[in-house]
Amino acid sequence: MTPDPLAEVERVFRAEHGRAVAGLTRVLGDLDRAEDAVAEAFTVAVATWPQRGVPPNPGGWVVTTARNRAVDRLRREAVGAAKLAEVARLQHEPEPVEEGVVRDDQLRLLFTCCHPALAPAARVALTLRLVAGLTTAEIARAALVPEATVAARITRAKHKIRTARIPWRVPAEADLPGRWASVLAVVHAVGTEAHSPAAGAEVSRDDLLEEAVRLARLLLELRPADPEATGLLALLLLTASRRPARVADGAPVPLDRQDRRSWSRPLVEEGQALVRDCLRWGRPGPYQLQAAIAAVHADAPTWAATDWSQVVALYDQLRVVAPSAVVELNRAVAIAELDGPSVGLALVDRLDLDRSPVLHAVRADLLRRLGRDDEACAAYDAALERTANAAEQADLRRRRAGLPGVS
Amino acid sequence: MAQYLLSVVTPGSGTGEHPVPTPEQLEPIMARVAALQSDMREAGVWVFSGGLEAPSTATVLRPADDGGLLTVDGPFAEGKEYLGGLTVIDVADLDAALDWAGRTVAAIGLPIEVRPFAW
Repeated sequence: MTPDPLAEVERVFRAEHGRAVAGLTRVLGDLDRAEDAVAEAFTVAVATWPQRGVPPNPGGWVVTTARNRAVDRLRREAVGAAKLAEVARLQHEPEPVEEGVVRDDQLRLLFTCCHPALAPAARVALTLRLVAGLTTAEIARAALVPEATVAARITRAKHKIRTARIPWRVPAEADLPGRWASVLAVVHAVGTEAHSPAAGAEVSRDDLLEEAVRLARLLLELRPADPEATGLLALLLLTASRRPARVADGAPVPLDRQDRRSWSRPLVEEGQALVRDCLRWGRPGPYQLQAAIAAVHADAPTWAATDWSQVVALYDQLRVVAPSAVVELNRAVAIAELDGPSVGLALVDRLDLDRSPVLHAVRADLLRRLGRDDEACAAYDAALERTANAAEQADLRRRRAGLPGVS
Repeated sequence: MAQYLLSVVTPGSGTGEHPVPTPEQLEPIMARVAALQSDMREAGVWVFSGGLEAPSTATVLRPADDGGLLTVDGPFAEGKEYLGGLTVIDVADLDAALDWAGRTVAAIGLPIEVRPFAW
């Protein structure tokens, strides 16, 4: 079967976006020019790939085409000798081939996007846009904020990078600790978006999760044996291990109904080994605790056989070091398994998370288990209104249709 | 190289919540500021610095409706904070500016706002 050529263009550009923007920024010395050039290459690909087919080396094609577009644009704008010299230099600069140069380019892009002088929400938006290649609409749905807000955050952040001269480099060893948490948070956000893409028909976007794993490995290479970076990589690997079981017949399968025999053993084993490293170091943090929770799930042959008291104990630690409404929601789910659905529901109803489709889906399931079918039906409707993911919508409709007396 | 303004964000003393520091309190601060300034000169980044008198000593001039000039006693706006002093440095990028700003915070013990000059 030939893949849909436009979908293939999108897939390739998402996979290559970070590498292309990072490499071109080094060559052009300007983030905006690099991003514009990659966007132009995308337009060319949309116009030509459906007829001529996908080129043999799509990644190389993106970088070369984007660079040629940048050279054309510089030439058009060239009014002085300095710009013409720049054009000549760009035409003769060799493509970087060594792994080290490519890796450093991407770390530079990541650290620039995650600079502490940018607002935290802007760091995530900028990285999802530039490194992971998401559109502003997709970022908006993931962050539960209006698209105009995301667009404004990205524009403002890029303007500040340029005018305040946020440098394009990996921080010196001495400055790394102060820069570390924000970079990890952003890589985690890339992985979260990958796990549950906010829009479109796919249940899980494999290339984004791979991107997050790749970035986490890059960071761990920079600071080996860093507990939180290790925890983050473990968390992403354990999340990725469930991928084969997350979809059945095009619909998402929640954790409680997944066929755990299809979980990827190599990814589970690598993730659990990293969690054991974290336990040995004894310096727990938010990512390590989340990874430990995922490792408890990976140990259980079924949802029912899960060690819920251990899961709840880990959430109790997590809510202290990283309090958030999402942590409270997941803790409530675990407590519902340990102490019953009415205890879980009482906790869920205290949360201020009305925009989250997950909250309403969790409420619906707990209400169904309590036999409160009319309320469960209304909660499924509330969840449906709040997700743009077609596969999640189909699953919610199926669960709603399973209620007695509902057709 | 790029120039940055480091502003000392000083809490207002009008409310009495933040009394003006006594000469004894001020002396070690001024010694640290002088040492930092000489480090800046040595590094070749120092352009200008100075401390300002209280906002109550300010005078504002503004265009008047009749095309003339209006002179008013006092600062432009009464705020909870005011500009207490400033330093202009000339450095490579924001990270270098933030580095010097961090050392200024350590010397003075007050927040520092870092802003790039447009021209």
